[in-house]
Amino acid sequence: MYPANYRYTKEHEWVNAAGSTATVGITDYAQHELGDVVFVELPKVGAQIKAGESLGTIESVKAVSEIYAPVSGEVIEVNPELAGAPEKVNADPHGAAWLIKVRLANPAELAALLDAAAYEKFLASAEKENPA
Amino acid sequence: MVPFSGWDMPVEYSGIIAEHMATRTAAGLFDVSHMGEIEIRGESALALVQHVTCNDASRLAIGQAQYSGLMTDRGTFVDDLLVHKLSDTHYLLCVNAGNQDSDFDYIRGHNRFGVSVENAGERYSQFAIQGPRALAILQPFTEVALAALQYYHFTFGKVDGVECLIARTGYTGEDGFEIYFAPEHSEKLWNALLDAGRSVGLLPCGLGARNTLRLEAGMCLYGHELDDTTTVWDASLGWICKMAKGEFLGRVALARQMSRGLDRLLVGFEMQDRLIARDGCSVSQGGATIGRVTSGSPAPFLKKNIGMAYVPFGASAVGTEFEIGIRTSQAAARVVRMPFYKRAAKS
Repeated sequence: MYPANYRYTKEHEWVNAAGSTATVGITDYAQHELGDVVFVELPKVGAQIKAGESLGTIESVKAVSEIYAPVSGEVIEVNPELAGAPEKVNADPHGAAWLIKVRLANPAELAALLDAAAYEKFLASAEKENPA
Repeated sequence: MVPFSGWDMPVEYSGIIAEHMATRTAAGLFDVSHMGEIEIRGESALALVQHVTCNDASRLAIGQAQYSGLMTDRGTFVDDLLVHKLSDTHYLLCVNAGNQDSDFDYIRGHNRFGVSVENAGERYSQFAIQGPRALAILQPFTEVALAALQYYHFTFGKVDGVECLIARTGYTGEDGFEIYFAPEHSEKLWNALLDAGRSVGLLPCGLGARNTLRLEAGMCLYGHELDDTTTVWDASLGWICKMAKGEFLGRVALARQMSRGLDRLLVGFEMQDRLIARDGCSVSQGGATIGRVTSGSPAPFLKKNIGMAYVPFGASAVGTEFEIGIRTSQAAARVVRMPFYKRAAKS
């Protein structure tokens, strides 16, 4: 379910790093919790994002939610598909519905993030505390 | 599942948009057993109903229901409710889940008519089956001729062998039925209706679609458009307030407000850009705050972002433009006529 080569946050974002750049998205758990996604607001190319700070918002029919930057860096690409088809976030959150690509300011930040196994364990314990 | 007024309620089953569209184009099935029921019985049952509510229950025939307000003496809402007349001496009130106990205490506190007031919520489950195919799905389960049941009328009859009160009412803007029955039959009846309806597009619907459907249909929700600070005039619900019926709680205050004029009015608006207004967002004009959003959401059938807000009377005309504060933006919105959605008249 959760790609082994990605890193994850407890706020349910993922990062797929390759060298000095990384792709960022939200997890399948997050899209499921949000329900039907209807609007995604993302930074512009060239914007600086900072790990732990809001980089944009994602909105479903029922709620609006902040997207937190898992890593710091400069936005080098924004998924052009999502403005016209935000529902892709529900359909393919780990793939086609990536949000932004970033030039990493500090690749060492990746080490602080969860790997897939730790993220799944985190989800399981969160479910236990707050059964759906 | 989310906690809701002491109940665990599903927000969605298959997704709010799919459930909303199913209800508009085929049918939706809602378990609304959380709704409260209060029964009033006795020779002077009508007198108590008339005293605490603003609509005129004396106009009801046996087997007829009306939308009404439970009033404070300030003319504001303790709750909004449906009043069903079962007989000359027996009324069934359907009230909001979160207000059931306080409504019961409030009505009992005003019972100077010597009638019986029963907090009956635990004796009833309630399902709503709504949408253009609701009648066709429900009909094979009952001998009641559903097509002959008029809007806002009800009757008693069996549904799949279960004794029910069957009402042609709803909270979606669609034709449909709300059925009340003893809770032990819930699971069997739910599964039977679901199985029968699936092949013609019926979907089970949660609280999420219930909210988007009622909003699109321009219907108020207690705690959002209505509370103990809002009056029927504020909420454009003058049609449920019958000043000529005689004394009722809040009548004096409502008459005073009517002669003084309105400070604010509930309006419907459409966003002019892609942002979505939500409950609590500020409404402003030329930089000055003039009001507050009470409900806001994407409207899945209309494919627009809509909402309701209280604004000054002077900013309430259809076509008026104002801005809504959404995060760091001031997003343009325009007042439109409500309801946003009205189903096509039957040919």
